[in-house]
Amino acid sequence: MEQADGRGAMLRFIAHRLLATIPVVGVVALFVFLLLHLSPGDPATVIAGDYASPADVQRIRATLGLDDPLPIQFGNWVGRLLQGDLGISIFSNLPVSRLIGQRLEPTLLLALVTITLSVAVAVPLGVLAAWKSGTWIDRAVMIFAVVGFSVPVFVLGYILIFVFSLEFKWLPVQGYRSPADGLWPFLRHIILPAITLSAIYIALIARITRASVLEVLEEDYVRTARAKGQSEGKVLMFHALRNAAVPIVTVIGIGVALLIGGVVVTESVYNIPGLGRLVVDAILKRDYPIIQGLIMMFSMVYILVNLVIDILYTMLDPRIRY
Amino acid sequence: MVLGAALLVLMTAMAAFAPWLFTTDPIQLNPIERLRPPGAEQWFGTDMFGRDIYSRTVYGARISLAVGLAAAVLSVAIGLAIGLLAGYVRLLDAILMRVMDGLMAIPGILLAIALISLSGASLGTVIIAITIPEIPRVVRLVRAIVLTIREEPYVEAAIAAGTRLPLILLRHVLPNTIAPLIVQATYVCGSAMLTEAILSFLGAGTPPEIPSWGNIMSEGRTYFQISPWIIFFPGVALALTVLGVNVLGDGLRDTLDPRIARKM
Repeated sequence: MEQADGRGAMLRFIAHRLLATIPVVGVVALFVFLLLHLSPGDPATVIAGDYASPADVQRIRATLGLDDPLPIQFGNWVGRLLQGDLGISIFSNLPVSRLIGQRLEPTLLLALVTITLSVAVAVPLGVLAAWKSGTWIDRAVMIFAVVGFSVPVFVLGYILIFVFSLEFKWLPVQGYRSPADGLWPFLRHIILPAITLSAIYIALIARITRASVLEVLEEDYVRTARAKGQSEGKVLMFHALRNAAVPIVTVIGIGVALLIGGVVVTESVYNIPGLGRLVVDAILKRDYPIIQGLIMMFSMVYILVNLVIDILYTMLDPRIRY
Repeated sequence: MVLGAALLVLMTAMAAFAPWLFTTDPIQLNPIERLRPPGAEQWFGTDMFGRDIYSRTVYGARISLAVGLAAAVLSVAIGLAIGLLAGYVRLLDAILMRVMDGLMAIPGILLAIALISLSGASLGTVIIAITIPEIPRVVRLVRAIVLTIREEPYVEAAIAAGTRLPLILLRHVLPNTIAPLIVQATYVCGSAMLTEAILSFLGAGTPPEIPSWGNIMSEGRTYFQISPWIIFFPGVALALTVLGVNVLGDGLRDTLDPRIARKM
């Protein structure tokens, strides 16, 4: 195969995958759109609130075009979405996009710290467990993994708060400090939430890493590398991990969905003013524009991450071709 | 696996025999005894209304187990039906799988909360709201199995011999799905119990009159710094139950599918 041909195939693959995501995005958009219209009662009344007069309701109907047939409404809504107009929040009368912008930083940073922490801890743990398979180290890591998977996020959060903030008074109980206000306060406030959130993630990744590396360690090329005199460290790092990477990366992708769910709870427990809290509050208050905007956004992130991972596959393992 | 089964049996027994386990009425208010720490009279302490935490925790087991079980059974049943359809009817396959992918893209908790906000909070709607996000995964599983089995020689032989489709599904495809589905069901059960707790914790789950573990913990939030036991005991109970379910699932998977067992 010529070099040019290879690159063309890659681009075609990426284009193909991008196209494939459109129907999925469409389904999500449809669901989110229907959310407002499926809820009990007339959407205009819902948006108008408890204290609106019939005139207000009628005005809202006209503004939102609720008298048009549904498919037209859907089209309009999608059109606005594509232009970046996510609507106006019912309760705060601010544009949804502005609200999201305000709350984006804490959630994003929390997610990044969590992912970094999780991968940094879980992958070495998994490799270690695979290397020392059958020993007490292996057993300990596995038990830790199952426990981490079973303890509810917020219970872990409160336990950590109790131990580190209340008893030992090392760390603040709640709240968030932006890095702009100083790196050290930021870290102090983010460390407990990050640990809480990463527990499940670490459990998942460590397990898959261990299983994957175990499988790879049986392969012939590992034996060859050892026979050639490569140090054990190099064998593990270079040969084993590289080839075991595919399932590990998959799990990280799947974990993003879990992460979003976990962010919601963690932000509640630690009182972090992020997107998770925003969306929960919105859903409880029936603030539909926010709900729609945020669910769309979260889903897009998930789809995007999985797309990137699919592309990473082909780079990590040239044998995978669609 | 034995450990998992044991834990689960313990929790179920606790739920079933709640009235006989030295509990008092879990809903009964007793304001004189507010916020007592764990002690001789109230083993787990009391909450802000004077309700006995021990009793509430024991009764709470019923809700959580009921939700977990219901969600597991429902999601497997519905997922099985859809998966079989998707695997066998080419036309429906593309549409169904796109819908499933779409559902999977929406974070489960958000989907559940949104569904509950649509139809109001009651135990039934909570169960349905928890089940729906779990369905796509089951569908994928079943569909994958159907697709593989479909190509097997014995299925071709059966078709050649004139066996009708429903019979093929029943006798050849179905038995192959049982083992993975049971394993998946246990994971769904554990996940459902956690989700119910999270939903109740956020205020979007079981109605407050019903003592579910999530509810108890949610009510204990404001008093956490002075009375941490309100959150701890149900939390530990939940963790243990989910742990039991997960360990059981792992054990089942090891027994039912030795190929994977060797790797894990």
